[in-house]
Amino acid sequence: MSDLAVRVRGLVKRYSEQVAVDGLDLDIHRGEVYALLGPNGAGKTTSVEIMEGFRRRSAGEVTVLGEDPQRAGRAWRARLGIVSQSATDLGELTVREAVRHYAGYFPAPRDPDEVVEVVGLTEHARKRIGKLSGGQRRRVDVALGIVGRPELLFLDEPTTGFDPAARRQFWTLVADLSGAGTTILLTTHYLDEAEALADRVGVIARGRLVTEGDPATLGGRSSAKAVVSWQEDGRRMTEETDTPDTVVAGLMRRHDGAVPGLTITRPSLEDAYLSLIGAASADDLTGGTGPADGATGAGDDEVAAAAGKGSR
Amino acid sequence: MSTAEKTGTGTLPSTLRLGLSRGGIELKQFFRERDSVVFTFGMPAFLLLLLATMFTDTFEDTGVTASMIFTASMIAAGIMSTTLVNLGIGVAMDREDGTLKRLQGLPTPKAAYFIGKIVLVLVATIAEVALLLALGVALYDVDLPSTGAKWFTFAWVFLLGTVACAALGIAISSLPRSGRSAGAVIMLPFIALQFVSGILFNPIKDLPSPLLEIGSLLPLKWMAQGFRSVFLPDVMVVQEVTGSWELGRTALVLGAWCVAGLALCLLTFRWQRRGEG
Repeated sequence: MSDLAVRVRGLVKRYSEQVAVDGLDLDIHRGEVYALLGPNGAGKTTSVEIMEGFRRRSAGEVTVLGEDPQRAGRAWRARLGIVSQSATDLGELTVREAVRHYAGYFPAPRDPDEVVEVVGLTEHARKRIGKLSGGQRRRVDVALGIVGRPELLFLDEPTTGFDPAARRQFWTLVADLSGAGTTILLTTHYLDEAEALADRVGVIARGRLVTEGDPATLGGRSSAKAVVSWQEDGRRMTEETDTPDTVVAGLMRRHDGAVPGLTITRPSLEDAYLSLIGAASADDLTGGTGPADGATGAGDDEVAAAAGKGSR
Repeated sequence: MSTAEKTGTGTLPSTLRLGLSRGGIELKQFFRERDSVVFTFGMPAFLLLLLATMFTDTFEDTGVTASMIFTASMIAAGIMSTTLVNLGIGVAMDREDGTLKRLQGLPTPKAAYFIGKIVLVLVATIAEVALLLALGVALYDVDLPSTGAKWFTFAWVFLLGTVACAALGIAISSLPRSGRSAGAVIMLPFIALQFVSGILFNPIKDLPSPLLEIGSLLPLKWMAQGFRSVFLPDVMVVQEVTGSWELGRTALVLGAWCVAGLALCLLTFRWQRRGEG
């Protein structure tokens, strides 16, 4: 059996007047947590829905758990868990009734009460779903996504509407599922979520994968210049550098070991992401063929240069 | 916790078991939702009470009151409400709120969804007819059929009417642009149909002929006529359009609508909203 849970080559989805997905290539390994990032309208949801077998592709190859989603049957579906966006059904059922009912669709489901427990809804188990808050409702969707013990779990913006505590709890749940061997494809707008959960992230823009890699090094952010900032003579001073340790050592000497308001920042995943999708759309405007690796750093340099204007 | 290893063991539940389980869920959702209980289920009984209170005349020498006629005819409208209106709005809502998408993403055979709807429609329709009959018997001196032949007519009119209207309901669920607009798009023609089919208008032979012709093309008029033949004494046949119960023609028209409805159903049913997929 292949060690790829998802293999996508040259995926294209055309609607009558527009191209939603334009040659997407993607590999997701078994056991991996993969986060797909991208602005609204970039083709994330369309791509994911093609992998889930909801939509038909216009061109390209897609293999999910060894089968073509357009042809696969019930046995294949039983190995997937899907948490889609924007479901508003089930309002008249209680949490417990819904999880019990949908457990019955799978050959070897988890215990429904245990699933209600792990998504943190035990105290609301007898409540009608229509009366839950947005974040609680979303947790019901997650419960229904995992009750069938999926090998591959699709999470499409799963934490929208969660409060910070619920998001942290959800992250623990995803880590547990991943620890138990579940492969997870996550789409999200929360970059900290991608950073906390994903083994790899991919950035999709204009229907194409712009870059992918370890969230810690995405877009060259680990090797980008650091910005050292401190307080001096009542002003905020900043310096951009490849060697922040040397700069800080100098500052320490000048300030007798206590540098007021000292911070050292590298580009966050969000900075890297914004410059990547910025580069992708600028590239489209000039009719280029896609950003080279070196070009993706440009956005970071601009941010650093702008920050550097205040320095001596 | 060994989530991944345990998948693939065990067998998928049978379509019938899933369908029956869906039927239970459908019934819970239907009877817990205020809109469906008030409009789809309660409306025919409400209209019957209203009409029977307003029109209290008796047909000379027969002892038959307007309320009896309304009861018999309203059973037909009640069936249409829990089948056509119920499914027309319900399936449109299922498409809108993500129910159908959720099912599509689960190991659900499509047939299980329809079995669930059949269970819902059968239970709701039997309960609706029982409610209307109970009102008629308790308040308006309606007599239950005394002969086997009349019970037989009741059974086939009920069955053909239910199947035809349920199939048409699924077919028209594709018409509304959204689930939210489904109520208006389906309710308005349904009320108009009750006028031209002689449900809200009595006796039917006094309807202006263009309206009567429209009504005669559609199943509701024939269902109501069939139920009048069951629940009214035979002297009342003179109040019908042709002076006959026309049971043969009723069976033919309703049978034709069953076939047409099922065909329309197969042709038009979509799992997703227009413009998706």
